[in-house]
Amino acid sequence: MSLLEVEKLEVRFGRTAAVRGASLTVERGETHCLVGESGCGKSVTALSIMNLLARNAVRRAERLAFQGEDLLGLSDAGMARLRGNAMAMIFQEPMTSLNPAYTVGSQMTEVLRRHKGASQKAATERAADLLARVGITAPGMRLGQFPHQLSGGLRQRVMIAMALMCDPQLLIADEPTTALDVTVQAQILRLLSRLQRDLGLGLLLITHDLGIVARVATRVSVMYAGEVVESAPTAELFANPRHPYTQGLLRCVPVPGKIRRDQPLGSIPGTVPRIGPGFEGCAFRERCEFADETCSHTVPRHHAGTTHDFLCRLPA
Amino acid sequence: MRRGWKNVATWVGAVIVGVAAFCALFAPLLVPHDPFAQDLGKRLLVPFWMAGSDPDHLLGTDQLGRDYLARLIYGCRISMMIGVTVTIVSGIIGITIGVLGGFMGGRVDDAVLFAITTRLSLPVVLVALAVVGLLGSSMTILMFTLGLLLWERFAVVARSTTMQVRNLDFVAAAWCAGCSRFRILAGEVLPNIASHLVVVATLEIALAILLEAALSFLGLGVPPPLPSWGLMIAEAKDYMFFSPWVIVIPGVALFVLVLGINLLGDGLRDLFGARADA
Amino acid sequence: MLRFIIRRLVVALLVAATVMTLAFIMTRLSGDLAISIAGPNATQADIEAVRKAYGLDRPVLTQFFDWVGRASLGDLGDSFFFKRRVSDLIGERMPVTLTLGLTGLVIALVVSLPLGILAAVKENTAFDRFVQVVALLGQAMPSFWLGLLLMIVFGLQLGWLPISGTDSWQSFIMPGVVLAFSAIPALTRLTRAGMIQAMASDYIRTARAKGLSRASILLKHALRNAAIPVVAIAAVQLGFMLGGSIVIEQVFALHGVGFLAWESIAKNDFPVVQAVVLVLAVIYVGLTMLADMLNAVLDPRLRGA
Repeated sequence: MSLLEVEKLEVRFGRTAAVRGASLTVERGETHCLVGESGCGKSVTALSIMNLLARNAVRRAERLAFQGEDLLGLSDAGMARLRGNAMAMIFQEPMTSLNPAYTVGSQMTEVLRRHKGASQKAATERAADLLARVGITAPGMRLGQFPHQLSGGLRQRVMIAMALMCDPQLLIADEPTTALDVTVQAQILRLLSRLQRDLGLGLLLITHDLGIVARVATRVSVMYAGEVVESAPTAELFANPRHPYTQGLLRCVPVPGKIRRDQPLGSIPGTVPRIGPGFEGCAFRERCEFADETCSHTVPRHHAGTTHDFLCRLPA
Repeated sequence: MRRGWKNVATWVGAVIVGVAAFCALFAPLLVPHDPFAQDLGKRLLVPFWMAGSDPDHLLGTDQLGRDYLARLIYGCRISMMIGVTVTIVSGIIGITIGVLGGFMGGRVDDAVLFAITTRLSLPVVLVALAVVGLLGSSMTILMFTLGLLLWERFAVVARSTTMQVRNLDFVAAAWCAGCSRFRILAGEVLPNIASHLVVVATLEIALAILLEAALSFLGLGVPPPLPSWGLMIAEAKDYMFFSPWVIVIPGVALFVLVLGINLLGDGLRDLFGARADA
Repeated sequence: MLRFIIRRLVVALLVAATVMTLAFIMTRLSGDLAISIAGPNATQADIEAVRKAYGLDRPVLTQFFDWVGRASLGDLGDSFFFKRRVSDLIGERMPVTLTLGLTGLVIALVVSLPLGILAAVKENTAFDRFVQVVALLGQAMPSFWLGLLLMIVFGLQLGWLPISGTDSWQSFIMPGVVLAFSAIPALTRLTRAGMIQAMASDYIRTARAKGLSRASILLKHALRNAAIPVVAIAAVQLGFMLGGSIVIEQVFALHGVGFLAWESIAKNDFPVVQAVVLVLAVIYVGLTMLADMLNAVLDPRLRGA
């Protein structure tokens, strides 16, 4: 039984389909990266797993299960019992994700007290413990501080510690390093990897940065225009990309020593299409060099090995 | 759906204001009787929806036999006149102060803020009453007193919008092109803050009308026998327990007019997308 | 924090000084006060007597500095009509006005806060529009007229509440409601807007991701932030209510400071009028300072730490 199973997730806001078919699984102890460019629907996918979308969002899936338990039919109260508890999430903007009116300590302890009925004392101890674990010095002092007194990197560490308060099994991280300085990025990533290993978490990491994927991911799912177009273990994906979009993406990453001065940098021609209702076929066909007329109809899902699948008419 | 509702409300407001403006402008032609003509034989006649009414006086008569409908229409003229004049005077004062403060910044702005703070701390009704009480009540004194007291919203909005506009690129471009300060103010700043100020103006008219009504109610506003609605309510206070319509009618008129102006103002604000004040 | 307080105090003092001056000028606008006080049938001798008795024969500047000097020390002069110290008069009447103002504010908050919160939670539904309509109606309502209507309905026809005087706490209900009506539109709108903005913020998304209860998210996390501007405006509204109570006190025959000012204007008792303007202005400035302090308590970012 996988930790998280998502099968054919669809999310629409009014007439716009933000996610048109996302399928992925996250196992315990695995770091699964969901990668794609801005607007491909990866954040919406993450939010819809936790059911944190806006009121006008419509969510549908063939299967959405956490530890075998169905999430789709769960009421909001039922979801609330899981959130912050068995499954936790951290976000992209640490500067605004903490409530400016309350201390770091109170925001951390309230999670443990809410879900496990812990006493203030026990919760405070655990909070200090976790702050130390995420590499924050003088945790006692930090607990009494307000968010505006902390830097961006520190705040993100606090967010991570806060997410771990109730010992979650699944941690969803939505672009946790995008808003941070490059040096801090590396530190946070190292921290996340270490915690994931030490605690045996399942980590779903949303990012647009292939460098991050290469560094920390066990498994990768590539998203394009609302669909997961390819999914494979990291090494396999980088060595043997099957979907033309993935191939294009990898070509775009300049590798020191391999690029030549007289060659232009790789890019994918064209732009992401706007998908209206009733769209059929492959969303990438306008920009793909291998496209033919069958690509305007339903695209088959092929397998290249037991753990590698992709959405393309081209054979494995 | 919200847009649609807002539209209806705005149109209702526009119609109300239109009717009021019409009454105000053409009052002498509209009234069935002279609003000042007393007829003590026909005192306190009931309006047409009650038994025993006189078809000659649709809304009945007041305690001195004066036709109520006529006084209502003339009262509308007085309210509108005062509302508009006070708004013009306070607008000139407030906009000048606000734009100067917002545009010049520094010491000038400090002085402007201080003036606004001081003005806000003054109890307006009390000061207006005191001035009118001392100088005597007349339309002119009333209008000038209120005009000199009610400028703060103009000033605040003019100042904040000017400050926003001042920092925009096209103003910098005008500076670079060598335009004088005055030209920038008149040509770049004012046109861009105008929409916000129009919204403030409509709300100020409503406020001025309510304030004048309160002052007239207390006897220190429009002098009798002029038919200000506030004064009519005050005069009717002694009879209100026996003939409640005498205070209901002018009160409803006041309420509807102010409501109409507010609806129109809100609609204008949505139209211009103006959100200069909190 | 200390610098902040000192700076505000300086501004407050300057405002008080300016208001003192304005109040003085205001009462001298009609020219010769002695004539007004002596009355229409006074002879020249009477007028001269009045002038001497009230120190109006001194140069204007002397009168001004006398007023400023004494007022700064708390001596607000003597009432012509009541023949008593003005500060005593104001002290006697102030409790009524304060009770009225606070009643009005409490009623306004008790109505506005829940309405604003609910309207925000049910944004764009029929309830939300209903609340906005209520706010509109409240804004258009002439307060004195509402007072009279309430008097007719609740005082006379139903006989539930007393229509004048200050015999019991019930006397403050109707006037309090009328005062509240003037503040409810602004407070409701502000609460609603603040809550809508707070609910859309990132930290509320975090709170939801933590699995906190709906009540906790709404009332603990969102409201705390939305309340900040509301508190400031509430203090200011109290100031307006105290300043505008003159109309309500007259309608309901409540003998507060506003009523005192009203009587004094009618009798040309200018020391009282001058003093009341000053006292109300100082109270208003004090309230805005209080609002700033409350803001600093509610919003840690303002504490300058």
